[in-house]
Amino acid sequence: MYRYDEFDASLVKDRVDQFRDQVALRISGEITEDEFKPLRLMNGLYLQLHAYMLRVAIPYGTFDSRQMRMLAHIADKYDKGYGHFTTRQNIQYNWPKLDEVPDILRDLATVEMHAIQTSGNCIRNVTSDQYAGAAKDEIEDPRPWCEMIRQWSSFHPEFSFLPRKFKIAVTGAAHDRAAIQVHDIGATLTHNDNGETGFTIYVGGGLGRTPMLGKKIRDFVPRAELLAYLEAVMRVYNMHGRRDNLYKARIKILVHEIGAEEMIRLVDAEYEDIQKNGALGLPEEEIARILNYFAPPAFEPLDETDTSYAEKLNGDLAFANWAKTNIAEHKAPGYAIVNLSLKPIGDIPGDISAEQMYAVADLAERYSFDEIRATHEQNLTLPHVKQSDLYELWQKLTDQGLATPNIGLASDIIACPGLDYCNLANARSIPLAQEISNRFADLDRQHNVGPLKIKISGCINACGHHHVGHIGILGVDRKGKEYYQISLGGSADENTSVGKILGPSFDEHSITDAVETVVNTYLGLREDGETFLAAVGRVGLEPFKEALYGTD
Amino acid sequence: MALIKNGAFADDTWIDANDNEALTDQATVVSLHRWQSETDVLKSRNAPLGLRLDAGESPEAIADDIDQFDLIKLNFPAFKDGRAYSYARMLRQRYGYTRELRATGNVLRSQLQFMHRVGFDAFEVDERITPEVYAEEVSRLHEVYQPSVDDEHPVFEKRVKK
Repeated sequence: MYRYDEFDASLVKDRVDQFRDQVALRISGEITEDEFKPLRLMNGLYLQLHAYMLRVAIPYGTFDSRQMRMLAHIADKYDKGYGHFTTRQNIQYNWPKLDEVPDILRDLATVEMHAIQTSGNCIRNVTSDQYAGAAKDEIEDPRPWCEMIRQWSSFHPEFSFLPRKFKIAVTGAAHDRAAIQVHDIGATLTHNDNGETGFTIYVGGGLGRTPMLGKKIRDFVPRAELLAYLEAVMRVYNMHGRRDNLYKARIKILVHEIGAEEMIRLVDAEYEDIQKNGALGLPEEEIARILNYFAPPAFEPLDETDTSYAEKLNGDLAFANWAKTNIAEHKAPGYAIVNLSLKPIGDIPGDISAEQMYAVADLAERYSFDEIRATHEQNLTLPHVKQSDLYELWQKLTDQGLATPNIGLASDIIACPGLDYCNLANARSIPLAQEISNRFADLDRQHNVGPLKIKISGCINACGHHHVGHIGILGVDRKGKEYYQISLGGSADENTSVGKILGPSFDEHSITDAVETVVNTYLGLREDGETFLAAVGRVGLEPFKEALYGTD
Repeated sequence: MALIKNGAFADDTWIDANDNEALTDQATVVSLHRWQSETDVLKSRNAPLGLRLDAGESPEAIADDIDQFDLIKLNFPAFKDGRAYSYARMLRQRYGYTRELRATGNVLRSQLQFMHRVGFDAFEVDERITPEVYAEEVSRLHEVYQPSVDDEHPVFEKRVKK
């Protein structure tokens, strides 16, 4: 993991001091709420329906037990004893008091954390594969590059007042777990024919009211030139992105309006010029320094499969069920990647209590080389667990309510905060997620249904990623009432696609039935071993429409 | 409104001319439109010439005429409109402009360090921003992560030197 040196620490401290001054000016009335708004938004502080909300960055989703304990401490001391993991690998606190926020930021700084650029029209927290450094299908660990991007994009003097927010995702594996094609910039780590490391760059993906997939604008950017290339893209966006209409200000609209060819031409011209006039090339020593922080932990030389693990799988059905969904293959023999579900049946997706946070910190220290990951699907991951420890870990997770065997299944729902918290929402998302989760409470049934990603957004801004849900649910407002629209067939992996809308929306009393009807229709028509997504791809929407709306 | 130039209050000796106004022999700032439609007249004038660029008017338009101007004003129509940050950096880095580069419009104190970093050396500010406030704000962050137009060494360079 990356550790701050004195330079990183100095920057974060300066920012905390600055924000403390700004909050003091606001509290004393020297600046108005309007003047305060851009300042708080540079520090992750939103004004929500009922209170301020503070979003804390977890850069590329990687953190350790010391940091997790601090997140727990903050939940206990300054909030209501819990936190909420988001779809951008961040954590949010829903009830901080304004005068205490500088203290929260000060406390975070003691463990090398902050809330810088988690809001506002700037380059946001860089996201990545939650299995980075552990996945079996990985080419190289993308996190060193995420860290270089984090540093370059922090307090960038030229790109802090962009037309709109800007999200970058980086992956280093064949299977895309970071949804890079629905980001403003998606970068895929790759090797060229000479075995050199570089990045394939996609630009202009995004969800929101106009979902679009990123367009590939460069096959290979050599690794040392990554930042120079990103700077070129950012300058083109900063100068040419639309500023006349909030809803057309993302880079995806620019790329759509001028076309990928013209975008490539503009970016290439900037890139050439940046290289000519003082390139932003990182020195090899600095690249090596950062790579070194992400060297793999000292894995023990183990057999591919641990015999005691295999025995437990045969002997304990509950454990076997959990292992089937919540464990992923690790690159090191004898190790496994463990997913902790923050989706207990009927509970709020992504919420975690301070007590659970402390427990996860202890378990990470004991079983996972002190590493924790936050996932964009609002769960947590312990990336490096010995197979021989899995049974014991599972028991301890079960005690904490963190072992629901539902990763990737019907009740592993992504939901935005919705109308319970958010002043943009049309409809509630969380109660619907809870109701659907309860409807599919029977785990055997969920396992029988198989992989199913249900994603719920309370409004068109699509924070719940409904466009890329196998079943996507969008909250809409109809004459002041909450309604929900269903789309099918979306996906956010390397075969990213946007789901198609089924038909008229459902009210809050019938939406869960409708989801169940969709699932039952799939069960009735699937072929052997065919997943929900594959079946929708094969049969299209018609059978589902017929089941929901009948034939006319 | 006050003018802060290189960190101190300064008198504004420039006249902002609108597009129809007859020009005097005083130092005068004109719009891009006027520059483009009266280039020859303005070039033969025997007094300092300044240029106003609004957001949306890229300095690319005057790339070949940089030497004609003793002052370039970049306007921020709203603090959220960050186009002029790129314009400033391009003027300094790409086109080699070395004279006064002034920020006008909606300039917030919290933005002064970023503006300074991309090459602004003069600022039209409201009365709450004094040279003392300017000095405090412009050195808020003691380290920087990225090279820009100012003399600051980014931390990756400092790390390598250590």
